[in-house]
Amino acid sequence: MNCRSEVLEMSVEGRQVEEAMLAVLHTVLLHRSTGKFHYKKEGTYSIGTVGTQDVDCDFIDFTYVRVSSEELDRALRKVVGEFKDALRNSGGDGLGQMSLEFYQKKKSRWPFSDECIPWEVWTVKVHVVALATEQERQICREKVGEKLCEKIINIVEVMNRHEYLPKMPTQSEVDNVFDTGLRDVQPYLYKISFQITDALGTSVTTTMRRLIKDTLAL
Amino acid sequence: METDLNSQDRKDLDKFIKFFALKTVQVIVQARLGEKICTRSSSSPTGSDLFNLAIKDIPEVTHEAKKALAGQLPAVGRSMCVEISLKTSEGDSMELEIWCLEMNEKCDKEIKVSYTVYNRLSLLLKSLLAITRVTPAYRLSRKQGHEYVILYRIYFGEVQLNGLGEGFQTVRVGTVGTPVGTITLSCAYRINLAFMSTRTAGEDDGVTYPSVEDSQEVCTTSFSTSPPSQLMVPGKEGGVPLAPNQPAHGAQADQERLATHTPADMAHCAATPSSSEDTETVSNSSEGRASPHDVLETIFVRKVGAFVNKPINQVTLTSLDIPFAMFAPKNLELEDTDPMVNPPDSPEPASPLHGSLHSEGSSGGSSGNAHDDFVMIDFKPAFSKDDILPMDLGTFYREFQNPPQLSSLSIDIGAQSMAEDLDSLPEKLAVHEKNVREFDAFVETLQ
Repeated sequence: MNCRSEVLEMSVEGRQVEEAMLAVLHTVLLHRSTGKFHYKKEGTYSIGTVGTQDVDCDFIDFTYVRVSSEELDRALRKVVGEFKDALRNSGGDGLGQMSLEFYQKKKSRWPFSDECIPWEVWTVKVHVVALATEQERQICREKVGEKLCEKIINIVEVMNRHEYLPKMPTQSEVDNVFDTGLRDVQPYLYKISFQITDALGTSVTTTMRRLIKDTLAL
Repeated sequence: METDLNSQDRKDLDKFIKFFALKTVQVIVQARLGEKICTRSSSSPTGSDLFNLAIKDIPEVTHEAKKALAGQLPAVGRSMCVEISLKTSEGDSMELEIWCLEMNEKCDKEIKVSYTVYNRLSLLLKSLLAITRVTPAYRLSRKQGHEYVILYRIYFGEVQLNGLGEGFQTVRVGTVGTPVGTITLSCAYRINLAFMSTRTAGEDDGVTYPSVEDSQEVCTTSFSTSPPSQLMVPGKEGGVPLAPNQPAHGAQADQERLATHTPADMAHCAATPSSSEDTETVSNSSEGRASPHDVLETIFVRKVGAFVNKPINQVTLTSLDIPFAMFAPKNLELEDTDPMVNPPDSPEPASPLHGSLHSEGSSGGSSGNAHDDFVMIDFKPAFSKDDILPMDLGTFYREFQNPPQLSSLSIDIGAQSMAEDLDSLPEKLAVHEKNVREFDAFVETLQ
């Protein structure tokens, strides 16, 4: 099974990074979260209810919808905050990306650890621009809002292709497919990572690979 | 089109489609109420939350939707449509969007009704939640209030897109295949927000028109900010889109026509209720990109912040990077007459000291002249309302900008007291010299 990969790119001002990223990640997770499963004795299950709420952005003329789960929101804000800080501290051109990967766990026999098999990866690339005047910032507010509207439409288009989704698991398998750790909702198993691109335009991991290669060549 | 569906599956499918249609209407209408929506997640299934999504049911909306459906379900050639329109305080209205729930003949006979179709319909509702915040009408609806309100109308049958004007755009929310056909949910939205005159005698098809203002000027100009004096008094409707008395609501399609307006009358249509910033307009302008917000390019002037001069014509001022440039005199060549640069001549000063005092005072004192020199524009302070009251913020500021000088700072009194002080100085010194011993004793007590 091939992993589905979607890439979104945006140019934003520094203070818009968090909100733009959260808007995209929350929209994806809205579509990739269900209510909590409650398994019954006969092997059937019932599903809890997912609430939603509107979030107005402060630095972008945009409103997005997220799942009503404070735990999920906190988790996303934490990692997006780390990304924003890393981007700011990198001192480079302000290029970075976050990846939201949905995966399934495949149990392996001892001594091997469980395998994580991704089935969908969303990559959001941001390019941070610096603006000089208030007028430019105002224009940027609107433009980024419009761009985000396009991204939401793109995301919805992908979601409604109804491509591969993991099979609904039995009770014993549910933790291999869903993140059952949240109290109120149940997203598919996911992990979020980020990369900062250095000034040379290469990612940090690529640089490491090159270093090792060079070392071996000596 | 008949399938091998068993009766239970058929019943379930009909139920899902019916409730999906009702929930779709709720999501769309609630997204245009002008408020942020928030519902709670519940880990325990409540049974009443269809599609496992917490979507409240506004009774009036459900009632209207059921009335429009009249016991039928969306089918081929029979679509359920939700029309979103804008109505100004003057009574003019304009269709903004048509949301269509359609069914086509393409069947997916292999699909499982109670599981796959249900989950996909749930996903489609989530997509609808996201997309309803993304079309241009959302931002308009968030700003509805005194100048305009957003209305909805549900109808069943053939989709009518004529009211959206030329060049409307479409966004597809999603599709779900079922054994009886493919459900498609989409939105067609207007991009030309100009009011047009289409009222002629021949177009009276016997349908009652809502009363609107008559204006014969054909106008396709954009919404622009109007000078404060032309803004309307808050209209009758207060931002409540659910107006059961509106003739637009109901199952029949209206033959409503839009009246024309002069630019001044249109000015407030999509403006925010607070119009004190004279360069503020509704945002969402774009610069010709293929996005949902291209639609508003010709209509809305770009939103600018407070104190920023209108960027269109007044290049001379905005090109100078001077803060608060808009308050500077417009005519830069008249800098010579600027009292701050060349203070008005003061009366003959008695002494250099007096002279400096006088010039300091005169710029404040000659309030009448300074007043005329400084007030070059119709000053509209931020957040103040129209000049309805006798004394509003702008008037207050102008009047008290140059208060009369304090008497203690006036030349004569100041000079007089200074002269007296100087004259009495030797006497005071003599007295203090006499009491030197007392002073010394006092100082010693302090140590």
